Amino acid sequence: MAFQIELEQHRKALIVRLKGELDHHTADLLKARMEDAIEREGALNVVLSLRELSFMDSSGLGVILGRYRQIAAKGGRMVVCDVAPHLVRLFEMSGLFKIVTMAPSEQAALAGLEVAL
Amino acid sequence: MSASVFRNAMTLQFPSLSENESFARVAVAAFVSQLDPTLDELMDIKTVVSEAVTNAIIHGYEGRPDGIVTVRATIEGETVRIEVEDQGKGIEDIEQARQPLYTSKPELERSGMGFTIIENFMDETEIVSAPGKGTLIRMAKRIESRRKQALFN
Repeated sequence: MAFQIELEQHRKALIVRLKGELDHHTADLLKARMEDAIEREGALNVVLSLRELSFMDSSGLGVILGRYRQIAAKGGRMVVCDVAPHLVRLFEMSGLFKIVTMAPSEQAALAGLEVAL
Repeated sequence: MSASVFRNAMTLQFPSLSENESFARVAVAAFVSQLDPTLDELMDIKTVVSEAVTNAIIHGYEGRPDGIVTVRATIEGETVRIEVEDQGKGIEDIEQARQPLYTSKPELERSGMGFTIIENFMDETEIVSAPGKGTLIRMAKRIESRRKQALFN
């Protein structure tokens, strides 16, 4: 039930792996960690890996949209990968796929960013 | 002879602390489990409880930890009814609050999708609210898997 964040600075993108439950209570932590990594490490692109995310609600959508705006302002892109079916519905409902790409895996997400650059 | 309808009920009450968002959705999901829902149905229930309780904490009590949130759930046959109530500041314009992407708190990075998600995941949704009088969200959902199963019994 706890929420964990793993950050890895890859050559092409900041990889953010989420584990557990992302809600209003845990959203602030994700916001702070990602904001810091994007600003301090100068990350341009973000790959959000949701393979081990067991729950997310609209509070998670808010943080993801906020970080998208942060990198989009610098010309960066965001890719989400390993998205469970119930989260796909949530993303579709909010129109997130209009701005964020979905990939089946981290590798595919990184490969997609390579091609686009 | 008419078959008797299965009924059950529960009530939870807790202070408006964000720690209780996961407690509330897990407790209601455990209660609903007796209808043998699918994983998708259970995820829908968890999500809407999370949305409604988060609304009570953020908007009803504006982050104050001393409010009381009440969650009631009933099972009647194959239908689950859930109510989430607060005695907070209430909603001035319910129509506006229901609009997708609308949020009264953009500075908090709210997505404005709470009510849209609730209305999409539940079969019935009703919002009762007035400024200064708190907010009551009533929701209902039929658990389909239970219905299909019943056909074979």
